[in-house]
Amino acid sequence: MLRQIEGSRAVAETVALCRPEVVCAYPISPQTHIIEAVGVMVKEGRLSPCEFINVESEFAAMSVAIGASATGARAYTATASQGLLYMMEAVYNAAGLGLPIVMTLANRAIGAPINIWNDHSDAMAVRDSGWIQLFAETNQEAADLHVQAFRLAEELSVPVMVCMDGFILTHAVEGVDLLDQATVDAFLPPYDPRQVLDPANPVSIGAMVGPEAFMEVRYLAHLRQLDALHRIPAIAEEFFETTGRRSGGLVRPYRTEGADTIVVAMGSVLGTIKDAVDIRREAGEKIGVVGITSFRPFPSLEVREALRHATQIVVLEKAFSIGHGGVLATDVAMALQGTPCVIREVVAGLGGRPITRQSLVKLFYRASQGELGSLLFLDLEHDVVDREVSRMRATRRSGPSAENVLRDLGATRGEGALS
Amino acid sequence: MTKRPIRFYQVGSFAVGNRLLSEGDRTVQSDPSRTNSIDSGHRACQGCGEALGARYALDAAMRATNNQLVAVNATGCLEVFSTPYPETSWRIAWLHSLFGNAPAVATGVAAALRVKGHTEVRVVSQGGDGGTVDIGFGSLSGMFERNDDVLYICYDNEGYMNTGVQRSGATPPAARTATTDVVGPQPGNAFGQGKDLARIAMAHDLAYVATATVADLHDLEAKVERAMQFRGARYLHVLVPCPLGWGTASSETIHVARLAKETGMFPVFEAEFGVVTSVSKIRHPTPVEEYLKVQKRFAHLFGKNPRPEMVAHLQELANRNIERYGLLDRAEPASGVVSGEEPA
Repeated sequence: MLRQIEGSRAVAETVALCRPEVVCAYPISPQTHIIEAVGVMVKEGRLSPCEFINVESEFAAMSVAIGASATGARAYTATASQGLLYMMEAVYNAAGLGLPIVMTLANRAIGAPINIWNDHSDAMAVRDSGWIQLFAETNQEAADLHVQAFRLAEELSVPVMVCMDGFILTHAVEGVDLLDQATVDAFLPPYDPRQVLDPANPVSIGAMVGPEAFMEVRYLAHLRQLDALHRIPAIAEEFFETTGRRSGGLVRPYRTEGADTIVVAMGSVLGTIKDAVDIRREAGEKIGVVGITSFRPFPSLEVREALRHATQIVVLEKAFSIGHGGVLATDVAMALQGTPCVIREVVAGLGGRPITRQSLVKLFYRASQGELGSLLFLDLEHDVVDREVSRMRATRRSGPSAENVLRDLGATRGEGALS
Repeated sequence: MTKRPIRFYQVGSFAVGNRLLSEGDRTVQSDPSRTNSIDSGHRACQGCGEALGARYALDAAMRATNNQLVAVNATGCLEVFSTPYPETSWRIAWLHSLFGNAPAVATGVAAALRVKGHTEVRVVSQGGDGGTVDIGFGSLSGMFERNDDVLYICYDNEGYMNTGVQRSGATPPAARTATTDVVGPQPGNAFGQGKDLARIAMAHDLAYVATATVADLHDLEAKVERAMQFRGARYLHVLVPCPLGWGTASSETIHVARLAKETGMFPVFEAEFGVVTSVSKIRHPTPVEEYLKVQKRFAHLFGKNPRPEMVAHLQELANRNIERYGLLDRAEPASGVVSGEEPA
């Protein structure tokens, strides 16, 4: 049923259709609406049976999910940013124990400086945790990915994180075609755990593993993610057959036929990029875009296949590894080893900085002229950076950079300095 | 309440002899058909108080729940010595996740059991003092506050013994650890008085809070059994001497635990809904010095540069316990022990 609905609400409605049995909640922007809406459905009895647990921290949220999942219940939670980092130890633990928890990550920057707006730093911080990470381009896809995520997680006994851009998606109201219960029930069988705490058949879960077996256990986790490279497109195909909708999968090319330059990105920015690509195509430029839905496991073969005929790859990402450069770009470079493709890393949209169509059109034009360096920060205010750099050079006690930058911005834009 | 009326004691000790009791009054451990929740062959040190306490507590919990039990374990000695890969000592359903999250994991287990309608299956969460009073404290308090249906058992050996005897929030004053040597002029614990988690648990108004030691295993079993009669969050704090960390002989574990109780250093009581309902009285009032002297971690108080003022301070703490919980019968004045104060 097509509804004009907030992204968080669409996800909550869809998660409820997946019949989670234990949902744990700790408030953090911008995921809070999801959990609140799920809570209301539990209260109204629309989601039943379900235990809704208010916890005292994100660490506890993931821990409750671990206990519930190990006891055979379908477990769900949602988080963002600092919350994800606070639960980091348990995030790794859930994956290490092979518990198929599904979590929504409403992507948001990580402080300091504290910032509640969107980028992908949080997801990148848990890149190596063993969770499958799927990135949604639209609210429709965010909703659909949750159904696929439960299916995938439980088939493989691997936790799945559905990443959706905080605010840009979570708080955007747009048309979403919500599934019905019968469709979801047909697509998602009841959870049949591979391991379960059962007094009648007692097992030890979480035993100490030393050097004699740790590598094997880790390698098995890697194998399960490699399995996911087959299962993710298969599940997306089955989802298409069931619903008639293309959601999920590994990579999604757009207008890449004959492209000299291909842009690579993840999440909601793909919509703006497609608009900019359309504009540049009309201007005669051979440019396309490849959206990556599955960041972990990383579909190296599919990425290589989608990109290898281009001469220039522009990886635009909302996160970077400080002191190095792009994170996604590094993976793309690995996938393109041995090809003549040149990779341009573009860091954009950090801390909610808008990525405008205008900026992208300009960026792509410059790319077509061969003007891009190896690493570029889109729309970086160089004068503000320069002022702070010279201040730090001039004065030992130059003070906190974040406050200095805000003051400079106020002064240069005539908005009055912070006092 | 949970006290058994029979009082036979073996010569030279206060231990109740199973052979002197009718079968119904004997320990769960004396029953050849007991669960053996923690099987033999684990890697605990000789004389480990925690292995002893956990075995009694869990077998009692198994009997009390008709073997319908799931145990969650914090990281620590108990977890490490019981599951050296590829072996496990656990003959019950057992889950270890992390150091600081055992109460929250247990909440999740309890929630899953409830949602699946398995309300007959009960949940025990357990950890050492580090996992309980320090790193797991927030998680534990959250579980208490939500009143989740979990019995949490802390096996308190007053330090991080698994990692080589470091100070925890439960380490008593003056006790020497690997990390207290460096932080003050004296080798012993330079600050704090040992975080009193049983009282903190009581402040959460739990249905049941109790303390026990491995010196009175009948009492420990009875308290586990009592705890299982309640629903909601419950807390059991068991003093488990550590021969390694305390510097005591392996054969002295029970004796040292008894001295902790008899000196008043470790009050043994139970409380329901925030009110103390019974205490284990001190039978032979004993100066704390006798408890301290048998432990190498306190040896610096009695060496070449003795610190009688610290011994006196510890005696004051014991006296405060004695007064707070009424550990002495009025009929039995503690001459020379309570330093002139009349117990309440």
